[in-house]
Amino acid sequence: MNRFKFDTPRLPPEALSEQARARAFLADEIADQRYPAHLTSWSSFDAGFSRRAGAAGFIGMTWPKAYGGRELSSLARFAVTAEMLAAGAPSFAHWIADRQSGPQILAHGSERAKRDILPRICRGECFFGIGMSEPNSGSDLAAVRTKATRHDDGWHINGSKIWTSNAHHAHYLIVLARTGEAGDSRHGGLTQFIADLAQPGVDIRPIYNLAGAHEFNEVFFDDFLVPDDMMVGEAGSGWDMVTRELAFERSGPDRFLSDYRLLIELIERVGTEPDARQAVEIGRLVTHLISLLGMSLSVAELLDRGESPNLEAALVKDVGTNFEREVPEVARRLVAVEPSMDREGDIFAQAAAQIILNAPSFTLRGGTREILRGMIARGMGLR
Amino acid sequence: MIDEAASSDDVTTIINDQASRLFRDLITPKLLASCEREPSPAGVWASIEESGLPLALVEEQYGGIGLSLAATGGLFALAGYHTVPFPLVETIIAHALWAKAAGGTLNGPASIAPANFSDRVSIETCSDGYRLAGGIRSVPWGSQAENIVVFAQAGSGDDFLVLLPGFLTWSTISSNLAGEPRADMVLSGIIIPGDRVRPAPPGLDQGLMRIGALARAFQMVGAMRRAIEHAVQYAGERQQFGRPIAKFQAIQQMLAEAAGHLAASEAACTRAAAEMETPDHLFFAAAAKARAGEAAGRVAEICHQVHGAMGFTQEHPLHFATRRLWSWRDEFGGEAQWQEVVGRTVCAGGGHALWPRLSAHS
Repeated sequence: MNRFKFDTPRLPPEALSEQARARAFLADEIADQRYPAHLTSWSSFDAGFSRRAGAAGFIGMTWPKAYGGRELSSLARFAVTAEMLAAGAPSFAHWIADRQSGPQILAHGSERAKRDILPRICRGECFFGIGMSEPNSGSDLAAVRTKATRHDDGWHINGSKIWTSNAHHAHYLIVLARTGEAGDSRHGGLTQFIADLAQPGVDIRPIYNLAGAHEFNEVFFDDFLVPDDMMVGEAGSGWDMVTRELAFERSGPDRFLSDYRLLIELIERVGTEPDARQAVEIGRLVTHLISLLGMSLSVAELLDRGESPNLEAALVKDVGTNFEREVPEVARRLVAVEPSMDREGDIFAQAAAQIILNAPSFTLRGGTREILRGMIARGMGLR
Repeated sequence: MIDEAASSDDVTTIINDQASRLFRDLITPKLLASCEREPSPAGVWASIEESGLPLALVEEQYGGIGLSLAATGGLFALAGYHTVPFPLVETIIAHALWAKAAGGTLNGPASIAPANFSDRVSIETCSDGYRLAGGIRSVPWGSQAENIVVFAQAGSGDDFLVLLPGFLTWSTISSNLAGEPRADMVLSGIIIPGDRVRPAPPGLDQGLMRIGALARAFQMVGAMRRAIEHAVQYAGERQQFGRPIAKFQAIQQMLAEAAGHLAASEAACTRAAAEMETPDHLFFAAAAKARAGEAAGRVAEICHQVHGAMGFTQEHPLHFATRRLWSWRDEFGGEAQWQEVVGRTVCAGGGHALWPRLSAHS
């Protein structure tokens, strides 16, 4: 059996000082009541918060200074990201750009794309969405049918994307499209493009989720033009790029801290003298959290070293999102609560409601639990 | 600094490679089976002693290897992986504790006590040395150990380590689910001469439970890895419906879950080892034992399910790992007890104090 690599590193001094800076920044945000921490998370959109985070230097931290970054390590970014999550910071406006679109452009984008886009991401002014899933291409990403065809003026995109979070707020989508034959592996002929949503030929329609929120969308492209230098990497290299990108998407602390605020409220509600059952159940959740922090941190270090820890990332997401699904279930067993979104003044009931209504997405978004376990099994030599 | 870290990593790698080879050669299914029926053979223990491994944690000035506890975790995991049927882990800890407390080395297999939350040993001075009271139960390998390092508390609040001779009379000798001997002793009235009693070194919160629990957590990581390897191999070989059962998604999903439990347990152990010298060492050791203990049950269940009836036989070696998992998860405190320790610590600090505690990876 392959050994998955999880060598938990220590945070270097640079990461610790960024951690302290982020903690102070977030304490001010909360003290000034700039966002309701018990109701918000990384998947809450707040353009104002992202601008403030950008101004404070917390976006694109690892990128070159020439493109607006600060050339810090992935471990420093890890520390800051974890602080944001723990504080329930409404980071979704910049989250995708910072986590995966920006790094993708940095690694494979044209010089113009880097110069135009990255500094704006760093300032917290430029938001991205991910154009991977399609109506008939969900877990089976290789079944993508959106087509990009080469014309004299650039690439013309036709097709549709679905479950596109943020599309209605985003300035750009990175669109995965078919540019050639799939081949026997089914992974050939796919290419990623940066689609500027201010251009004509794109129609964005809302899909409301069961919590009543408008987070994701269906996006239609009709002869939508993408200039040559907004193609990401080589034509046909899309699959490898997406695979690597998913390691960033799956391994971060956002895969186990989405409902950290509910855990805080649970501990606060239980109080300083828990009964044995409360202590055992809360203790158990915390032991899981300690493991996940270590696993995620070690993947951050592997990414720093330029490795592709796809399997380790899948493990973080599988273990992490299962933990996230458990938090509300444990919380309501320990403290009697009737969850309600609009029971003003009852922070615990509101936090529980918010999480219960959103929890189904935890083990779906970014790759379902079952797909991830299939990947892990392949890594174990079972497939 | 960097050179020093690299060289201590190198030493760890060398020790672990040596241990792997030694265990692979020595620990056969036949030996494992015989050690459950009769005392573990002295000749094999002599080979382990010759390797120097029992002195892994003892400082170099006392003739040991001087590994840190963090580095020794890997060796404990290897001992778990190979299901070493000797008190190697207990001996490593006992030797290190006694060297630290008394500045000398011990010989022979040794153990530590108390090994559960309920036993208490008290100690008071008397004309011939020290008088003990209380009892120790389920001392791992107690009846085959030459010495047991016992944590004892005086009425004054001072803590002591007592080097209890293993030849004293054990009231009960039993075994755990893997046939590893466990022994009880009534200590009330036993007089120990002064040269076998030392003030306990600082940092022994919860007596020896913390260090014993963390060692068992590492051992469980090793035994879980072994059980999963057995299952992966078996799933690739066993054919049903015209193909290896590894090709069935139901099998793949179960084993992926097991891999997640293993990775999570290992991460918790690594963190606990890294926190050994911080004020939160008890908290993180508790978390490691609880997390690995919870994982052990699930991993054993999954690996048996994959093996079908074959894994339920004596003939297949899976049970050497899984029976240990079922015992080790309850030794030095079960997961619920350690979860409670973690939970009470967290609640006492309040919800907002949790994050600074968890995020201080420094």
